[in-house]
Amino acid sequence: MADSATLPRSFQEIILRLQAYWAAKGCAVLQPYDMEVGAGTFHPATTLRALGSKAWAAAYVQPSRRPTDGRYGENPNRLQHYYQYQVIIKPSPPDLQELYLGSLRAIGLDPAVHDIRFVEDDWESPTLGAWGLGWEVWCDGMEVSQFTYFQQVGGHDCRPVSGELTYGLERLAMYVLGIDHVMEMPFNDPQSPIPLKYGDIFRQTEEEYSRHNFDGATTEMLFQHFKDAEAECERLLAFDAIDPKNGKRIVMAHPAYDQCIKASHLFNLLDARGVISVTERQAYIGRVRALAKKCADAFVTTEAGGASGGASGGAAA
Amino acid sequence: MPDLLIELFSEEIPARMQGKAAADLKKLVTDGLVEAGLTYAGAGAFSTPRRLVLSVEELTAESRPVREERKGPRVDAPAAALEGFLRSTGLTKDQLEIRDDKKAQVYFAVVEKPGRKADAIVAEVLDSVIRNFPWPKSMRWGAGSLRWVRPLQSILCLMVDEAGARVVDLEVDGIRAGNTTEGHRFMGAGRFAVASFEDYRVKLSRAKVMLDAAEREAQIWQEATNMAFAAGLEVVEDRGLLTEVAGLVEWPVVLMGQIGEEFLGLPAEVLQTSMKEHQKFFSVKNPKTGRIERFITVANIEAADGGVAILKGNQKVLAARLSDARFFWENDLRVAKGGMGEWAEGLRSVTFHNKLGSQAERIDRIAALAREIAPLVGADAAMAEQAARVAKLDLRSGMVGEFAELQGVMGRYYALEAGLPAAVADACRDHYSPLGPSDAVPVEPVSVAVALADKIDTLTGFWAIDEKPTGSKDPFALRRAALGVIRLVLGNGVRVRLHDVFENRFMDAHARNFKEVRENIRASLVADLMAGRRSAAETETALTNPDWLHAFEYMEAAAAVPDSVNERDLVAAEKVADAYVSHYSGVEWRNSEVPKIRDLLAFFHDRLKVFLRDQGIRHDVIDACLAMPGNDDLTLLVKRAQALQSFLSSEDGTNLLQGFKRANNILSQAEAKDGVEYSFGADPKFAENDEERALFNALDVAEQAIGPAMKAEDFAAAMGAMAQLRAPIDAFFTAVQINTDNPVVRRNRLNLLHRIRAICAGVADLTKVEG
Repeated sequence: MADSATLPRSFQEIILRLQAYWAAKGCAVLQPYDMEVGAGTFHPATTLRALGSKAWAAAYVQPSRRPTDGRYGENPNRLQHYYQYQVIIKPSPPDLQELYLGSLRAIGLDPAVHDIRFVEDDWESPTLGAWGLGWEVWCDGMEVSQFTYFQQVGGHDCRPVSGELTYGLERLAMYVLGIDHVMEMPFNDPQSPIPLKYGDIFRQTEEEYSRHNFDGATTEMLFQHFKDAEAECERLLAFDAIDPKNGKRIVMAHPAYDQCIKASHLFNLLDARGVISVTERQAYIGRVRALAKKCADAFVTTEAGGASGGASGGAAA
Repeated sequence: MPDLLIELFSEEIPARMQGKAAADLKKLVTDGLVEAGLTYAGAGAFSTPRRLVLSVEELTAESRPVREERKGPRVDAPAAALEGFLRSTGLTKDQLEIRDDKKAQVYFAVVEKPGRKADAIVAEVLDSVIRNFPWPKSMRWGAGSLRWVRPLQSILCLMVDEAGARVVDLEVDGIRAGNTTEGHRFMGAGRFAVASFEDYRVKLSRAKVMLDAAEREAQIWQEATNMAFAAGLEVVEDRGLLTEVAGLVEWPVVLMGQIGEEFLGLPAEVLQTSMKEHQKFFSVKNPKTGRIERFITVANIEAADGGVAILKGNQKVLAARLSDARFFWENDLRVAKGGMGEWAEGLRSVTFHNKLGSQAERIDRIAALAREIAPLVGADAAMAEQAARVAKLDLRSGMVGEFAELQGVMGRYYALEAGLPAAVADACRDHYSPLGPSDAVPVEPVSVAVALADKIDTLTGFWAIDEKPTGSKDPFALRRAALGVIRLVLGNGVRVRLHDVFENRFMDAHARNFKEVRENIRASLVADLMAGRRSAAETETALTNPDWLHAFEYMEAAAAVPDSVNERDLVAAEKVADAYVSHYSGVEWRNSEVPKIRDLLAFFHDRLKVFLRDQGIRHDVIDACLAMPGNDDLTLLVKRAQALQSFLSSEDGTNLLQGFKRANNILSQAEAKDGVEYSFGADPKFAENDEERALFNALDVAEQAIGPAMKAEDFAAAMGAMAQLRAPIDAFFTAVQINTDNPVVRRNRLNLLHRIRAICAGVADLTKVEG
C-alpha cells in the first residue's frame, strides 16, 4: 500500500494510491471500458452490475468524454476528455463512508486538517433511467467526489442497493498537488528522467478534439450512426435467447449495451455541434433511455444479472 | 415517572430537511404515546447533520387500564346475531352481561384492557414512526428494505427513572436499540454509553457535537459578527443561509477569509450570489463603501493547523469561481457598452413559449403595452417603451446564464453601462417585482409601467392560449403575476380599466392570428386558381352574392374550367380571403375571445378577494363592491370597499343596512306578487303622515348630496349622506304601514321604497352584505 504519510507528487501517483487502497479493501481493480463514455457510471461494471442480486465490488479508472466541455486546453479546470475514478460495491457496506474517508487519507487529505463535508446531492441520469440519493463530498469547500446509493438503474429497482463513489481525478489531484492549471499538473514524478506534465500529454488533443467536437464532426454521419446504433441495439435484443448453433441460452445484453453507449456518445457529439434543439434534446435523451432500459431488462435475465440457474439454459449442465 | 431519550443516528441528513424532521419526530412519537394512553410533562426535539433526537420528560410508567363496553343483540334475537357478536368481541356467552335496555333485555360485552408498560408502548410507537417517517425523499441501502433519508446506523432508546437507565427492547430491520452513540465524525473518540438526556448532552458536547441547531446558529452568528467587527466590517445578514449552514456542521468553527483584490470590482450582488450559491459563504462588507471585501465560511472541525489549510482551500475554490464570474462580467460589459444589440438579436432565437413566440416578439408586445400604460402611471411614454425594450436583454448575458437569480439586477448594471437613463436602468432591475407577497412594490413610474406591462402580457398571453392555472398547478406563475398587478395598481393608486387593457391585448393577438389565416387562405386560393380548379369569373360572381359564405362554398365545390391566372384571379383571391376573415374573425372573437377576457377578469377578482381578505376586508363587502360597474378599476373598487367596510362598522351603517334590507324585501315581495316593477313616480302629495313626508325630504337631500359625491368618487361622503337616511327610514317603518287598503297610497309607498333601494344601489350592492 502507498505510504499515506507522504504527499503524492504526481497525477499518476494519486491514481496508483487509489488503486492500491481499493484493491486492499477487496475491490476487483478493473481496467477502463474500451468505448467512449460520458462518465464512469456508463461502464457496464457499474450500470449493468448494479442490477440483480449478485454481490459485486469493483474499482477502475474511466476516461470520460464530454464534448461540450472542450475549451481548447485553455481553461484551467475544463476538459472534454478527463478521468474519473469509480468504485462500486453491492450491497453497499455499512461503513462505506469510512472506507471513502480512508481513501482520502491515502492520497494525503487528512480530515483532521481539511474540512470534509457530505452535502446533499441527489444523482440522476436521464439517459440511463437511473437515480440515487447521496452527497457531493466537499473538501475545504471544493467538490471532490460524488457519493451515491443507487435506487434505480434502467428503470429497475436496485435490490440490493449499490454504493457508488466517483472521484473527478483531475480536480482532486490539482487540489492535493496544489496546482492551479490542469495543464501544469505533473503527470509522472517531477523527478523522473523525463518529467511529463498533463499538458505535455493532453494539450494538443484537447485542441484537436475541441475543434472536432464543435466544428469538425460530420453531423449527417453522426445522425446516421445514432440511428444505426439504436437499430442494432434493438436488433440484438430481439434475437431468440437460445443460440441455435449450440442450444445454449445466450442473451446479447452486453453487445446491445455497447450500442446504447454509442448512441449516448453520438448524442453528446451532436449536442456539442449545436444541431439538436431544446425540444429535440428531450426526445433524444428519451431514445437513449429506452435503449438503456431494454438492455437492463435483458441483463437481469442473464446469470450475471442474478437470474436463477434454470434461466441460464439446459445446455449449461 | 421515567424520562425517554431517543436518538436516530444516520449518515448525513440534508440540511434543508433537518428542522422539519425533528418536529415530525416529536409530533409522531408523542401523538403515538398519548394515543396509547400515556401522558408526559414535556418534550424537546433536536437535529444535527447526523442525528434526530427526542427527549420526553416525565412519561407515565404505564397506560391506564381501559374498560370498554359494547352493546350487543337483544336476548330474544336470532342465534346468528349472538354468534356474530361473540365472534367480534372474542368472548363466550357466559362472559356477557344481560341488562335491561328500554323494553327488552340486551346482551352487553364488558372488556377490560389492562394498562401496559410504557416501554412496550414506546417500542411499538417508535418502530412504526421509523418505518413510516414522512421524509420528502427516502432511500434503501445495502441489502435491507428499511427506508430512511440516508442509511440509518444506530438507534438509542432509553427509559430513565429512579432505578437508572434501561434500553427499550426494540429492533428495526436488524438495528437493535442500545444506549450508545458517537460524537463528531472526526473529533469524537468512538462510541460511548449515556445514562440520561443531561448525560447525553454533556458527553456529546465533550465529543464536539452541539446538539441544538439554534445554539449552533447563535454561535455562528456571534462569532461571525465579532470577527467582522474586529476588522471594521460587517456580515451581510442571511437567515436562510444561517439555518442551512447550521445544518451542515455538528461543531461550527467560523473562519474569515480574503477575496482576491482582482475580484473586488465585481458588483456586490455577483460576489454575494456566487459565494452563497456555490460555497455557502456569508458576505462581509465594508460599511463605509458598501463593497464586499471578505467572506465568512463555517467549518466543521477545529483543525490542527488552526484552519490555515481550510481557508487556503476555500480561497482557492472561490478564486476559480470568481474567475468565471469575472470572465462573464467583462464579456457582458463589452456587449453592454456596445448597446446590447447582440443580446436583442440573440433573443430572436429564444422561444418564450411555442404558442406565444420568441422572447423578442414578447418584448415587442411588452414595449407597446408599456407605452400605452405609461400615461396612466405618470411615466414618460417613450422612456417606458425604451425600458421595456432593454429590461430583458440581460437574459442573454453570460452572468445571468450562470446565475439566473441575478436577472434584472445585472440588467440595471448593463443598462447604465450602455449609457441609458437611471429610470430605465432601475426598471430593468425592478420590473420583475413584486415577486412574493412580501416583496416591495416598485414606485418609480417607468418601473411601474414596465412591471405592469410585463405581467399583463404574460397573463393575457397565457389566457389567450388556454394555459390557465388549475388546482395546485401553475407552471407559469400566473397567480403570482396577477397578484403582482393588483399590488402594483393598488400600491401606486393607478387608475386603469383592466378590461379595456385586456381587450386590446386580445384584439392584437386575434388580429395577428387572422392575418396569418388570411394569408393561408389567399395562398391556397391562388394555388387552386393556378391549378385550374376555380375560375376568377365564378369567384367574382360568388362575391357579389350578399351571402358571401354561400359563394365561398360554391367555389369550394365548383370544378370550373380554368382561366389563365392573371391579375383578375389574384384580386379575386384577395377579396375572398378578406371576406372570409372579416366574417370568421368576428364570429370567433365573440365565441372564443370575449369569454376569455371575462374569465381573466374573474381570475383577477378572485386574487383580489384573497388579497383584501388578508388585509381584513370582509368578503361580503368585497362582493357588494364587485357587483358595481367599473369593477375592473381596482383602485376605485378598493376605495369603495374600504369606505363601505368602515361605514358598516358604524352604528348608522348597521342600522341603515337593516332599513335597506327591510325596504328591499318588502319591495321585492310586492313586485313578485304584483308582477310589476315599482320604480317610478313616488309623489309626496300622496303622503299621509309626517314620517312619510320626512322620508321624502330626506331622500331628496340625500340624492343631492350623493350624486356629486359619487361623481367625485368620494365614497365616504356618499355613505355619510346615506347614513342620514337611517333615522327617517326607521321612523317611517315604525309609523307607516306599507300595504294599506288604499291602492294608490300603497303604490306610492312602494315607489318610495324603490327610491331607497335606488339610492343605496348606486353606492354598493347592499343585498350582498351579510347581517
